[in-house]
Amino acid sequence: MLGLNKKDTTLLIIVAALTLLAPFILNPFPADSALAQFNAGYPDLMQRFVIFGIFAIGFNILFGLTGYLSFGHAAFLGVGSYSAVWMFKLLSMNVIPAIILSVIVAGLFALLIGFISLRRSGIYFSILTLAFAQMSFNLAYSVLTPITNGETGLQLTLNDPRILGVSATADGSIPVTNLFGIEMRGTYEMVAGPWSFQFNTGYYLCAIIMLLAFYLAVRIFRSPFGMMLRAIKSNNTRMSYTGLNARPYALAAFVISGMYAGLAGGLMASMDPLAGAERMQWTASGEVVLMTILGGAGTLIGPVLGAGFIKYFENIFSKINDNVLHSWFSFMPDGLEDAMVALVYPFIGKGWHLTLGILFMLVVIFLPGGLVEGGQRIMRAFKRRKPDETSSETTTEPAE
Amino acid sequence: MSKSNLTRRGLLKTSVVAGAGVALPTIFTASSAAAFTNEPTGGSVTLGFNVPQTGPYADEGADELRAYELAVEHLNGGGDGGMMNTFSSNALQGNGILGKKVEFVTGDTQTKSDAARASAKSMIEKDGAIMITGGSSSGVAVAVQGLCQEAGVIFMAGLTHSNDTTGKDKKANGFRHFFNAYMSGAALAPVLEKLYGSDRKAYHLTADYTWGWTQEESIVASTEALGWETVNTVKTPLAATDFSSYIAPVLNSGADVLVLNHYGGNMVNSLTNAVQFGLREKQVNGKNFEIVVPLYSRLMAKGAGENVKGIHGSTNWHWSLQDDASKAFVKSFGEKYGFPPSQAAHTVYCQTLLYADACERAGTFNPCGVAEALEGFEFDGLGNGKTLYRADDHQCFKDVLVVRGKENPTSEFDLLEVVEVTPAAQVTYEPDHPMFAGGNLGSCNAGA
Repeated sequence: MLGLNKKDTTLLIIVAALTLLAPFILNPFPADSALAQFNAGYPDLMQRFVIFGIFAIGFNILFGLTGYLSFGHAAFLGVGSYSAVWMFKLLSMNVIPAIILSVIVAGLFALLIGFISLRRSGIYFSILTLAFAQMSFNLAYSVLTPITNGETGLQLTLNDPRILGVSATADGSIPVTNLFGIEMRGTYEMVAGPWSFQFNTGYYLCAIIMLLAFYLAVRIFRSPFGMMLRAIKSNNTRMSYTGLNARPYALAAFVISGMYAGLAGGLMASMDPLAGAERMQWTASGEVVLMTILGGAGTLIGPVLGAGFIKYFENIFSKINDNVLHSWFSFMPDGLEDAMVALVYPFIGKGWHLTLGILFMLVVIFLPGGLVEGGQRIMRAFKRRKPDETSSETTTEPAE
Repeated sequence: MSKSNLTRRGLLKTSVVAGAGVALPTIFTASSAAAFTNEPTGGSVTLGFNVPQTGPYADEGADELRAYELAVEHLNGGGDGGMMNTFSSNALQGNGILGKKVEFVTGDTQTKSDAARASAKSMIEKDGAIMITGGSSSGVAVAVQGLCQEAGVIFMAGLTHSNDTTGKDKKANGFRHFFNAYMSGAALAPVLEKLYGSDRKAYHLTADYTWGWTQEESIVASTEALGWETVNTVKTPLAATDFSSYIAPVLNSGADVLVLNHYGGNMVNSLTNAVQFGLREKQVNGKNFEIVVPLYSRLMAKGAGENVKGIHGSTNWHWSLQDDASKAFVKSFGEKYGFPPSQAAHTVYCQTLLYADACERAGTFNPCGVAEALEGFEFDGLGNGKTLYRADDHQCFKDVLVVRGKENPTSEFDLLEVVEVTPAAQVTYEPDHPMFAGGNLGSCNAGA
């Protein structure tokens, strides 16, 4: 189907089902129960899951296929966000022109940075991209304040000169982002007994775009172009000896992945019209590397899983405070309760980085192929009786 | 034995009734009859405390969180009531807000606009928070304020000192109790004139982002009005930790006052560097060289240690104030946590009380009603003397403290002494003052 083989079609269908049913899957606990703390099915986080999924899918096209480790990918995300917000300020609140512009600008930016950075490979390439990203961050943070609004971040105001549309609505507030009149923030809440599920317009737009992005990534992975990129990863020198100039291919991969990042940035701004300089900081670039490695670099679904995993920790674990802990352990005797809280407290709330760090270490040490490898091992354990027929194509290779 | 009368018609009727009965609650909730975002329906109301728990301002964030927990305890009738007993408005009964028990959720802003907005959004969308408060940096405050305006909830700003929060980025749903850079300048200038005279040459080192700029602008304006000359203003990157290369040129510039428009770790480092360079022992133009830190906090003074002695700055509130309200607050905070509160803790405690009080007076949680109750509200008994929440820009106008690093601290908390309490009238400005111009409150948004 759609030019995919049977296995990829299945994968695409699974991803489609997961994303479209996410409001149900992510809200497994009744809204009033103590476990509702772990529900993740609210619009903002679901949007983040798929947007960072797109970002990681794009990053994986570069890192997973060519092996070029870019430490500056957040710069493209940031550039995409800024272009989208400017489009909202100047042209219209429709998300389509904003997203298109953000992809184009990020692509051009990637072309420039890639052209220079790809003259070197390995660690030097990583350092060059890191330097560019950090330069962009500093420019956005202070030097280019008229364009980026510096530390505060670029926001919509009540006196934006919007060409197609109004500066302010009739009741004196800023108009909201929309898709031909359908508001992105619109949410339909469905209540089924103690459960409540939220269906958000913005989320479904992001989800559909992510499915398209995922499909495109599958096609790239399976194409001759993808094969060429894998060749760069496995032995670049041999490619040169055969008389092939690998750089245009690497540059193309770099630009494509930059455009994916720009798309993610544009979507982020479309869901929440603000662009902050922190989006370009090196920690943000590092985050996408973590997502990809955590999920499984070079696999199709890995980066999406990794993105979801990290965003879940950032948004759910960081919100558990000691009061919540006390209510969990309140069934215990007083002394024991306090001891349990003291024991768990460093790992939640502000300590979510610590928990994530430990998990990341465990994954890298025991599952070098990321979460996808974990899944494969479980599958294999179930299918133990059947002859082992995992071909090299389905197993993941540890990130280099 | 009962005889069953199962007919086709009867079955249809019962199933329609049963179906309607099952669907009824769904219809009511799904069509959301709520008049405003997150209208509290049960016996409790949720507030969202969004503070930096990681990153450069984590200390301030932790102190803010302590004050919030204390405020919630007092609102629910626990503890000794703190400043609720001294507050001039008597609407609060100690039975929660409008009879509903106050609950809260917390989040980590990481001092990043993006993370702060994500965390605030999750409080609004997932936890049903009716009000968001907190923050320890102006960028975050402005970003979250914008979000709350869109979502239709009230934002009670925490520690944010930039003019922009209630200036060009002001919003109808956002309120600030903390003072701002203009007020710092207006309060400091007369004290500086008295101490150092009106013939001085100032050199500014400024953190290179919006807050730093607005503070530099304010201080330059108010000192030049005294007759001071501004020799140079130099921007330093926010991430800088060593300021030696910025301090050295000060020595040869002919300036005799150094103004450090830095906050937090930046200020600790730049001040330490300046003192190490021996600036304070120098004589320039026949006068003693002086250093000024316009925005002071006890947590910063603690970081800079010995170096703050005799250095002047301004602050929103200090625990050593002797009015009843401040004493009551210091007492209940101290009893609960074992040390005195910082100015960040004080401002967020006040904000929580002010919000709760406004709800009580308005008789509703509707953001528009609450905003109306806060606008133009005059109160006393929250530690800053007589205070006005101005309707034009949602900024509080109250006395500003000029403080000095203490020469002989008696404890690790007793680092600052109050030099002068500048009356509110002296720091008040017109709503259309050029430093605050360009913004527009817009209209209040109650959301859904």
